Order: sequence, then C-alpha cells, then structure tokens
Amino acid sequence: MFEYFRNLDRRWIFLLMLLSVAVPIYVIGKTKETFPETALPLATNVFNEIEALQPGEKVLLAFDYDPGSEGELGPMATAFTYHCSSRGLKLYFMALWPLGRQMIDDNIAKVIEPDFPDMVYGEDYVNLGFKAGNEGVIKVIVTDIKQFYTTDARGTNIEQIPMMEGIKSIQQMDLMLNVSAGYPGTKEWVQYAVTPYPKEIKLVGGCTGVQAPLLYPYIPQQLPGLLAAIKGASEYESLVIKAYPPAEGKEAKYMEAQRRMGPQLVAHVLMVLLIVAGNIIFFIERKRGARA
Amino acid sequence: MKRTIPLLLASIAGFIMIVAYFSPHTESWGEEVAVWFNILAAVAFILGGGNLLKIHLRKVSDRNSGWMYSVITVVSFLVMLFLGLWKFGVNPNPQFPDYGHWAGEYNDSTSPFYWLYEYTFKPLQATIFAMLAFYVASAAFRAFRAKNFEALLLLATAFVVLLGRTAAGVFLTDFIPADGPFAALRLEEMTQYLMNIFNTAGNRAIMIGIALGTASVSLKILLGVDRSYIGSGDD
Repeated sequence: MFEYFRNLDRRWIFLLMLLSVAVPIYVIGKTKETFPETALPLATNVFNEIEALQPGEKVLLAFDYDPGSEGELGPMATAFTYHCSSRGLKLYFMALWPLGRQMIDDNIAKVIEPDFPDMVYGEDYVNLGFKAGNEGVIKVIVTDIKQFYTTDARGTNIEQIPMMEGIKSIQQMDLMLNVSAGYPGTKEWVQYAVTPYPKEIKLVGGCTGVQAPLLYPYIPQQLPGLLAAIKGASEYESLVIKAYPPAEGKEAKYMEAQRRMGPQLVAHVLMVLLIVAGNIIFFIERKRGARA
Repeated sequence: MKRTIPLLLASIAGFIMIVAYFSPHTESWGEEVAVWFNILAAVAFILGGGNLLKIHLRKVSDRNSGWMYSVITVVSFLVMLFLGLWKFGVNPNPQFPDYGHWAGEYNDSTSPFYWLYEYTFKPLQATIFAMLAFYVASAAFRAFRAKNFEALLLLATAFVVLLGRTAAGVFLTDFIPADGPFAALRLEEMTQYLMNIFNTAGNRAIMIGIALGTASVSLKILLGVDRSYIGSGDD
C-alpha cells in the first residue's frame, strides 16, 4: 500500500485535479449558488475609489492581459467596465499588451453594447487600442498622449473624437484602473506614472495571484487598492452587484469571479491534502530509512 | 565604429533621460528620447518576426529534432501575418468607402483572422495556462516536503494563504468572533497579516537591493564600462 502511494502514477493526481475543478463548475452551473463573499479592505478601497468619482469624470482603463490570463483577470475587467458604466463615467480604454485590444473589445461587446446602449462611442467611451513600447508608452503619455495616440483602435483621427478634446495627457484622468497579467503592468504604471506624478495620477488595479505579492510594497501610498487574483475580483464583484444589481437574467455574467471561487476552493483543498499526503509518505520513508 | 556609435547613442540617450527627470526645463528632451525608444520597440516586432523565421527555417532545413513543430510555427506565423496584413474578409469602413476593405478593421468579426484568433489562438492559450494547475498539483505531492524548519515555515504559510484565499478560510475559523480579542487568528486575517507584513517587508528589501544594483549597472553602461549588451563584436 505504502509503495503504491509512494510511486503513485501522476495521472491519478491529474484526474483528481480535473474532478476538483469540473464537479464544482457543474454544481454551481446547476444550482446557480455561490459562496457568500466578504470584501476585505483592499477590494473595498478599489470600490470606494470608483464610487468617489462623479458622473462624467474620466477613467483610464488599461487592460494589460491576454487570453492566457483571461480566466483569472477577465471577471475583474468585466466588473470594472460594469461599475464605471453604471456610475456614468467616461471610459478611456488602452492596452500595453498586443492582445489587450481584443480584451477591451470583448468587454465592450459583453458589457457596454448590450447593457448600456445609451453610451455613445467617442462620447462616453473610446478604445485607444494597443501601443508597442511597454513602459516607454507610459513615459510619453503621462505628459503628452497625442505623441502616441494619433488615432483610436478603429483608425479614427483622435482630433475627431469628442471625448479626446482637451486631453493632453493621462494626468487629466480622474482615476486609472489597471488589469495586469505581468510585464508591462501595474508595477510599471506605479513606477512610471504614479511615482513621478503622485498628486495628479491615482491608480488602483487588479492582478494575477503570482503578481500580487510583488505589488504589496506599493500599498497604500502608490496603490490604494488592489484586487489580488480571482479572490479579490470576487470580493469586488460582490460589492458592485450589491450597489448596482444587474437586470434580471443578466446576473451570471457579472458573477463570474464568485462562481469561480467554488472550483478554486476545492482545488486549493486538494492541494493542501496532496501536500499533507506527500509529507506523510516522506516521514514514513525517513523513519524506515533511519531504522535500516 | 561598429561599437563606438551604439555606445555613444546609449550613453547620450541614458543621460538625457536622467537629466530630464530632475529638471522640468529638459522634460521635453526625455519625451523625445522615449518616442524614439517606442519607434525602436515597434521595429523590434519586425526584427522578432525575421528572427523567428531564421531560426525555425534553419531547424527545418537541418532536420533537427522536433523540426515538424518548427514547420507548424512558421506556417501559423505566415498565415496570421498574411490574413492580418491583407485584411481578408474585412468589412469596408463607411468613413472611407473608396478604399474598400483596406480601410476596415483588421480584426473584424467577419474575417478569417478574427476566426483564427477567437476559435484557435484564444482557446489554445487559455488551455496551456490552465494546464499549469495539473503540474502544480503533481509537484505539490512530490516536492513540497518539510525537510527542515525553514521548509516547515514555508509549508505552514502556504496552508494559511491557500485556505485563506478561499471560502474555506472563513468557514474553518468562523467560530472565532470577528471583533473579539482573537480575531487575528481567523484564517482570512492571518492571510492578510502575512501578505501585508512579512511579504511586504521581504519584497521591499528585495526591491531596494534590485534598485541599487540596477542603478549601479546602469551607470556602468552609460559610462561605457560595461559593454556586454552590444555583444562580443566577434560576428
């Protein structure tokens, strides 16, 4: 028995992981039930920063992620878009990742077009698209956005877009929201936008789980709020849905993070059990070795 | 000349960026350098594409191990490039009707470029990322051992954070009153404490170290002491 577990075929572990994710997805899909969520201070801060803005104020949304991290970051990007649209803010979308532009298009198609049909492109929201250059882009647009953005993502001249009128740099934004999957991302926005202009630029964001520990040193001065991975997104989502309940039948797409907490819970418990099991085997082995 | 000019360019650009940061009068110089940097970054995409073709075509021609994967890479690259640049199936832009599909959006939902992105690239990339969960689970079983005190500390921290980041954390320690004297022992509170105090302190120390190292290396590069970034000069 001991030998069997010691040399356990890793395909059994793969199967357990598959079941630990698939079963909760199925159950949550069937029952529509999610775990109750309590928002912790960092998610509450993100929510409060957006709530503090008045309708018509300007928000820059930088979606720096791609399909690889969409599972983790997509729900928070959707929640940001929904929250800002519900507040009647002016949304300026941009991306430092090549595929970020598609992530922006997805969110516009998912949130703004079906649920906020009164919002007009160019007047209430604009997609500035992707620009190559990583932190180099940030360094320029903090002082002169038109050096880089001569057109929006659709090829329309920036001078012909009503909501770009009078915008010289991103210092004129009332808040910046960043969804970050790595480099370039929140760290670069902190270093090249917030740090040189701490009074003018205010940043909150969301990031992947592996990135979160690296961003904690910037909290709270340079980064007042942070959604750390799907858990942070779930907390934030619960606050947004409570304040702005979606129309009937549209709740599911605004509860993606909360729905994903089920598979996350079972997968994390499985990980803990696997570590415990691995250590029991290790100690038995060591004891036998010592005896021999 | 081949080495001196790049050295000079790097040095001048670097010093301009430093001066621009400290003086508002020279701020526009820094912007100019940053714009040049971004033009170079865009050109790097072409260089990257060329390099990808060079490496993989050589692998195919030499019939190195795994050359079939190189064929797939090259074909995928060329197909996406071709469909994206030629804008096949893109609807014309109503603003510029005279230019036909050329003025349309390259990723229009009617184009094969969009289909390939939406139904091939996107699911494949998400799948590769999702597969990490399986390998991490396997590694957790085989490698995460409490071999010594430090490893034990790491294990305990991992358990607290793993459970604290889920609803299990709340359920398991829900019996501890949230406003009582032992509230700090609730798993979600312990997770916060670990992240805010220990993690922040450790990361700040590392960041300060990295920043000092970066400043020192940057200065060596700007002064031309460290020339390793322009290669050996042999080729």
